[in-house]
Amino acid sequence: MGTAPTGVRAAAARYRPVQRRSRFAWALLDAMVLARRSLLQTVRIPSLIVFVAIQPIMFVLLFRYVFGGAIRVPGGQYVNYLMPGIFVQTVAFGGITTGIGLAEDMQKGIVDRFRTLPMSSSAVLTGRTIADLGRNLFTVIIMLIVGFAVGFRIQGSVLSFLSGMLLLMGFSFAFSWIAALIGISVGSVEAAQSGGFIWLFPLTFASSVFVPVSTMPVWLQGFAEHNPVSVVANAMRGLFNVDPSLTAADTRSAVIQSVAWIAAILLVFVPLSIARYRRTTRG
Amino acid sequence: MQASNPLPLTSLGVSTAPAIHAHGLVKRFGSTLALDGLDLDVEEGTLLALLGPNGAGKTTAVRIFTTLLKPDEGHASVAGFDVVKEAERLKSSIGLAGQEAAIDEYLTGRENLEMMGRLYHLSGRDARRRAAELLEQFDLVAAADRVAKTYSGGMRRRLDLGASLIVLPPVLFLDEPTTGLDPRSRRQMWDVIALLVTEGTTVLLTTQYLEEADELAHRIAVVDAGRVIAEGTADELKTRIGGDRIEVAVARDADLVRAEEIVRRHVGGQATFDPTQRRFSGGSRDGAGELSALVRDLDAASVGIEDLQLRRPSLDDVFLTLTGRQAEDVSDEKPRKRRWRRS
Ligand SMILES: Nc1ncnc2c1ncn2[C@@H]1O[C@H](COP(=O)(O)OP(=O)(O)OP(=O)(O)O)[C@@H](O)[C@H]1O
Ligand SMILES: [Mg+2]
Repeated sequence: MGTAPTGVRAAAARYRPVQRRSRFAWALLDAMVLARRSLLQTVRIPSLIVFVAIQPIMFVLLFRYVFGGAIRVPGGQYVNYLMPGIFVQTVAFGGITTGIGLAEDMQKGIVDRFRTLPMSSSAVLTGRTIADLGRNLFTVIIMLIVGFAVGFRIQGSVLSFLSGMLLLMGFSFAFSWIAALIGISVGSVEAAQSGGFIWLFPLTFASSVFVPVSTMPVWLQGFAEHNPVSVVANAMRGLFNVDPSLTAADTRSAVIQSVAWIAAILLVFVPLSIARYRRTTRG
Repeated sequence: MQASNPLPLTSLGVSTAPAIHAHGLVKRFGSTLALDGLDLDVEEGTLLALLGPNGAGKTTAVRIFTTLLKPDEGHASVAGFDVVKEAERLKSSIGLAGQEAAIDEYLTGRENLEMMGRLYHLSGRDARRRAAELLEQFDLVAAADRVAKTYSGGMRRRLDLGASLIVLPPVLFLDEPTTGLDPRSRRQMWDVIALLVTEGTTVLLTTQYLEEADELAHRIAVVDAGRVIAEGTADELKTRIGGDRIEVAVARDADLVRAEEIVRRHVGGQATFDPTQRRFSGGSRDGAGELSALVRDLDAASVGIEDLQLRRPSLDDVFLTLTGRQAEDVSDEKPRKRRWRRS
């Protein structure tokens, strides 16, 4: 325009889609393209930067210095007990970005375009959850740095540290898929926001994140003990060797339970979300 | 029209199946009947305009053709692929620029186009080159690296159309591509669309403006309440509703009876009267000639004229004439907000 375009068709004809790739490879590549989109959005939306980078720092500092003096944990330093818990809590809430982003997409014309492209339809969801994984990893690294600055020390081997981080990321990915299902089901951004938060409060507070489960009333202990948030937090504490009350057997059991939770959540929520997305596709 | 261009694929073979075909499409949303037996055929390499008021079912039809919705009844095919059974294969043959611009506000124009290119499965290098080309073609180079949130309505539309042209599929669906654009941007958009058609793309375009259909379309299908109520070339439709419109407003109530008798002599049988403005309007077969004759006769009968117009028929006129229904008064509303109702 300006200068009238000439030969639009001839120009386009020079470009041929890449053909030789399996469905799975395309699903992954498409997801990476959309993950990149989601990460670009993160750095351009100020409220998201606050959510991803600033809020977690605040949390670490507040809990460390406000509760740190009052809460006693058996045999150890509260900051060491707290940090793994706060990691788990943060990545659980981090998944909400997936839910909100998807709810927003669903309301706008852009999902219609995605659906008319010869791309993998699951990528719209996978892209978001992968982006969340990246964001959460970034957030956790920031928290680790701040944590070290305020006295957090881990003692295990590098391998067990990495295993702990791997568990955390698996948990993050699984919870993003729960948020994904909420996001595509509720129909509005506001609902994705409140619906995304509301069930996380009981789950993260009635857990071992801030205080040991043994300090809770008996009727709550059963829930708090087996809740995936507690299980993953305990597994990390064990792997980081920061909680003297955990035996090697406790740690092993927590790791196994964590893996089971992650696998179970993914097995249920990935197919459910994709099916749900496809169904809304076909009106 | 396309003598110097590559021939459309099917014209090489024996098949003369239309590029877009619909038969008896029905779509319900709860108790709303959005499509009520829509039939449509668009020949390859032509542009058909789907013309109709708000709620006529235009977008619903486009969404069915582009596999976004499943019809409740009837069947449809695009580029030879059934919209339900062969939805996945159909997707490689179509492009859609929907009624809402389908762009990501937080990405720049360039990032939007590159992303769409990747999702069309171009290689990274091709996606970048194609994005640069389209930015150039759509006059977006200066804004290419600004986030789309900062774009004007016209720029968004252009970016959106550009995104639907990445691999330039043989069949293109444009849902109200110029609604909300200023006259200059609209003209630019028309130029691009006309060029695409000249080059052999089949286009289905929806619009609320007869003028737009007139400018671009080989054929026009008028839709109302989910069905096609008239179909033909612009000339055929205009002849059906009696060519240009004459409108005359009479100065005094006392003259109305005399005026009506004279107006009826000069305009077609479909003349209408709006008492609040003392305004008659109707079709004229002979434009200016009819108008001057009317003025002479009104003068001779000493009927005072307050306002006089000869104008191109609007969608309102087409609609009114074809359905005999009155459109709601829309004079002070924006076109996109127009609502029609049954009288
Ligand atoms: N998802 C939906 N749920 C409920 N009703 C719908 C839905 N989509 C469309 N409709 C209804 O179907 C009818 C046709 O709508 P459609 O959007 O196809 O009209 P249109 O011709 O595109 O109108 P416009 O010019 O306003 O874009 C309307 O009555 C509309 O309210
Ligand atoms: Mg519409």
